[in-house]
Amino acid sequence: MDKMIQVENVTFEYTNNEKQVIALNKISFEVKKGEFVAIIGHNGSGKSTMAKHLNALLLPSEGDVRVQGMNTKEEEYLWDIRQVAGMVFQNPDNQIVATIVEEDVAFGPENLGVKPSEIIERVNNSLSQVDMEEYRHKAPHLLSGGQKQRIAIAGVIAMKPHCIILDEPTAMLDPSGRREVMKTIKKLNEEEGITIINITHFMEEAVEADRVIVMEEGNIVLEGTPREVFSQVEKLKELGLDVPQVTELTHQLKSAGIDLPDDILTVDEMVMNICRLK
Amino acid sequence: MSVKIENLFHIYNPGSPFETKALDDINLEIKAGEFVGLIGHTGSGKSTLTQHLNGLLKPSKGKIYINGEDITSKDIKLRDIRKKVGLVFQYPEHQLFEETVYKDIAFGPINLGLSEDEIAARIREAMDLVKLPFEELKDRSPFELSGGQKRRVAIAGVLAMKPEVLILDEPTAGLDPRGRDEILEQIKSLHQKVQNTVILVSHSMEDIARLVDRIIVMHKGKIALTGTSREVFKEVETLESIGLGIPQITYLMKMLKENNIQLREDILTIEEAKEEIMKWLRGRKNA
Repeated sequence: MDKMIQVENVTFEYTNNEKQVIALNKISFEVKKGEFVAIIGHNGSGKSTMAKHLNALLLPSEGDVRVQGMNTKEEEYLWDIRQVAGMVFQNPDNQIVATIVEEDVAFGPENLGVKPSEIIERVNNSLSQVDMEEYRHKAPHLLSGGQKQRIAIAGVIAMKPHCIILDEPTAMLDPSGRREVMKTIKKLNEEEGITIINITHFMEEAVEADRVIVMEEGNIVLEGTPREVFSQVEKLKELGLDVPQVTELTHQLKSAGIDLPDDILTVDEMVMNICRLK
Repeated sequence: MSVKIENLFHIYNPGSPFETKALDDINLEIKAGEFVGLIGHTGSGKSTLTQHLNGLLKPSKGKIYINGEDITSKDIKLRDIRKKVGLVFQYPEHQLFEETVYKDIAFGPINLGLSEDEIAARIREAMDLVKLPFEELKDRSPFELSGGQKRRVAIAGVLAMKPEVLILDEPTAGLDPRGRDEILEQIKSLHQKVQNTVILVSHSMEDIARLVDRIIVMHKGKIALTGTSREVFKEVETLESIGLGIPQITYLMKMLKENNIQLREDILTIEEAKEEIMKWLRGRKNA
């Protein structure tokens, strides 16, 4: 089976101040194994609520979520689902539980009841994948934000997940921390074949994905490759979202009558296309 | 209100194995009414520096003058500094604590010893500045609001003190693009209206390029670069070597120039880039 995640007609409602809020409104989508999907949308659009459904932190009010065919509603699958689909949150400080890096990474597999010799192997392997081996004996609070976030990712990898869901993993990081984390995520996707679902406000990160899903008020309003999605500059702006600066420039030059393709996403593509006008 | 820093040093945990020089001989002058951007990667000393400016941290060595007055002197009252210099921390909404929005914003002004009428007027004004509807929200719990609204309540709490120097430490971190644009717009329009001195700490080079008169770049506790945005963003190699970048649009113009297209390199915004490229295209047609 090549489906990692199946979301079918999912509605999620909750009550706030005695008001009924529909956070997700009959949402359906699928994520294939090995795919890299970005979810964008402004605060309150339902992105994080969606993410929390993907490893059974939340259960749908209506509809079904399946992770590798396992329905999140079935309690017996809970631990299998959490092992298959790991989650990384925005604030690295809220996810680190131990006082030494390697112990933190070992926390997950210990809870799974993995035997000690294998735990050591998994910790070694996870730390090497996020390029943090040399910090294994350090205290996490002395690390930078990007390093802490990579430790959090290592902790998830140690559970041997098939899918990692990241909820704004770079929101609190500086530019170099952001680059470190994105590089790590891409590597896990490309080299280890781990399915990635990255929720982000940074459009230059969304551009790196195979597919982009745009959410607004609990609905999916746009979906497609980064090129398909980001060429809709007006629509994205209406939704209060950014497009990469070069895409916006292309859009403005085009409306001034300059002949350019409307799916330019990177500086290199823009340079190539402008040079063609020479 | 001007800020002048002379030979400022700050050493954490002096004399212990963890001794770290967080600020290393900083000399800096910010003129009254200036809007400066402070950039540098995590650990470069930005936050340590800003915390000195309202007396939260004491220098290990050196002097800080706010409008000519030495705030490092022993007889200075902290309350007098805080009246002049308002600091909005990173994720300031984590510091909300009162049961209503009104009370939360009132906390600072009450501590300034203002009259009740004056406090009420200031709360209304501060909420207006950050575009929070007064009547609708004043009696609500700040904890029920959305992330962007909470952030604005926290900023209003600082604005209600009417500081002449406003320091914002990554005021838009974690906000979505719309929330970010709104807050930056409000900071900018307040600056234009009252000509306060603003120090904006940010990781977003695009935001910095759009807003500030001058950029100060910190690295390893020292000032690595300073100048107008145009000057600073020309130093791509230096910035990249210390873990920073330049706005994508500035980078594009630089790459075009390297491909022998004669354009100005010191472009900061999409509008400028568009104009420059159009000019180049017209020039070519006429040639």
